[in-house]
Amino acid sequence: MTMDVAIVGVGLHPFGRFAGVSGIDMGAIAIRRALADAGVAWRDIQFAFGGSYEVDNPDAVVALLGLTGIPFTDVYNGCATAASALTLVANTIRLGDYDLGIAVGMDKHIPGAFSADPRLYACPSWYGEVGQFVTTKFFGMKINKYMHDHGISHDTLAKVAAKNYRNGALNPNAFRRTPLSEAEILASPMLNYPLTQYMFCSPDEGAAAVVLCRAEHAHRYTDTPVYLRASTVRTRRLGAFEVHSPWLPIAETVGATVDASRAAFDTAGIGPEDVDVIQLQDTDAGAEVIHLAENGFCADGDQETLVADGALEIGGSLPVNTDGGLIANGEPIGASGLRQVHEVVLQLRGQAGDRQIPGRPKVGYTQLYGAPGTAGVSIMSV
Amino acid sequence: MDELMAQVPVAPGIFTWPTDDPELIGSRCADCRIVTFPAQDACPRCPSTTMAEHRLPRRGRLWAWTIQAFPPPSPPYAGPAGREFVPYGVGYVELADEVKVESRLTVADPDALQTGMEMELVVVPFRTNDDSDDVVTFAFRPVNRKDRPT
Repeated sequence: MTMDVAIVGVGLHPFGRFAGVSGIDMGAIAIRRALADAGVAWRDIQFAFGGSYEVDNPDAVVALLGLTGIPFTDVYNGCATAASALTLVANTIRLGDYDLGIAVGMDKHIPGAFSADPRLYACPSWYGEVGQFVTTKFFGMKINKYMHDHGISHDTLAKVAAKNYRNGALNPNAFRRTPLSEAEILASPMLNYPLTQYMFCSPDEGAAAVVLCRAEHAHRYTDTPVYLRASTVRTRRLGAFEVHSPWLPIAETVGATVDASRAAFDTAGIGPEDVDVIQLQDTDAGAEVIHLAENGFCADGDQETLVADGALEIGGSLPVNTDGGLIANGEPIGASGLRQVHEVVLQLRGQAGDRQIPGRPKVGYTQLYGAPGTAGVSIMSV
Repeated sequence: MDELMAQVPVAPGIFTWPTDDPELIGSRCADCRIVTFPAQDACPRCPSTTMAEHRLPRRGRLWAWTIQAFPPPSPPYAGPAGREFVPYGVGYVELADEVKVESRLTVADPDALQTGMEMELVVVPFRTNDDSDDVVTFAFRPVNRKDRPT
């Protein structure tokens, strides 16, 4: 059984900076919006999974919604936190114990690059002391090598970032809503060659929530259910080129994203050619370029032509990050992947407003990737 | 003054020091022969616990690289920050057919770094500690002198 769980409600607290609004407050707002979208009350929700990096106990949100006593489990899984929450809600419904549950993600990060104690990532202290425990540095190295190996240009990186800012300008919930030209993006300070400041996303604040139910109950709640065909999380295998690696073996293998993507397509029983709308982890413009191939949507190197031809645009053949992605929305870690699901659901329902892709999209795809080599993929269809 | 300053490795057991020909200290699994850096107690592949110390080749080829052009968040970064910050290269150097090691590079100019170029291990100062000692760490520099910063 693959088509046994349906998404019947989505809700979002806008992403950005919100002085005086706590992460928990934003989580409650996202949940209320998802409940309203599904036409259910909080007391109808039978269980929940909540994801966050900064909020120790996302389940504390019940104080703002109602102390109904439901099982509410908190998860943290790096940048794949939201994918983990979504997967756990779906799998719990598949177990048969519950019919209606909610996944919520919320975060409120301080500005600046993410950091931590390297020892918490199984890295030695000196790795951080000498300045190598830096996530952005990994993304710079990965795309720099990829450009060398597969002939991707600096202009392509700028075009991808410009596209995401342009899409963000069409999204009232986005953090960055001002279009930036390719020239401005290329001229911004070089942070980790070849990636400039405006090619990177920023940590920020926001929340998102998704209500799921047994598929056969979906029409009780909505005329437009979106079925969760697969939701998969994978971690890196030995030989994958992943963030926070003081060393790598000589023998190489594909990364966690490739493994998660292949498993998700296999579970869903559909292929990349069937997907109409795509949300990829664009920690930086280079990551979007690489992830397009890692998720099976093109061959390595084809991105140069695809981007030049506008294939990744809202009206293109492979629309990617139609809501502006992480580059325009920023990354509140716990919420980021549910923001992707929110966007895919709106697109599949035809409710994406100014950024609605033309035609009648039937299949959507989301992908997350982050430290220390964790990826999450979900596939949805109407 | 320089003669009075001690040179202190950033951590014990990651490279041989002091010596004119420093080597990185890794480990090798007695069962599957995989090489790690730094040394670790358990093999990440088999996973045996029969890891033995293994000195790594001093030369290799640049496999991937970037420039760290802004001061990383501190902590954990302990090097010069603010106006004292100097951008540095970071890359993976493939050491023979044994292991790829991530390292600071002595070169921070994109025009002077090329994937596949030959690199060699050096030990360089990267900060001064509270006792005014030079804290030294390992780095790789281009073997070809014309590629080194002047």
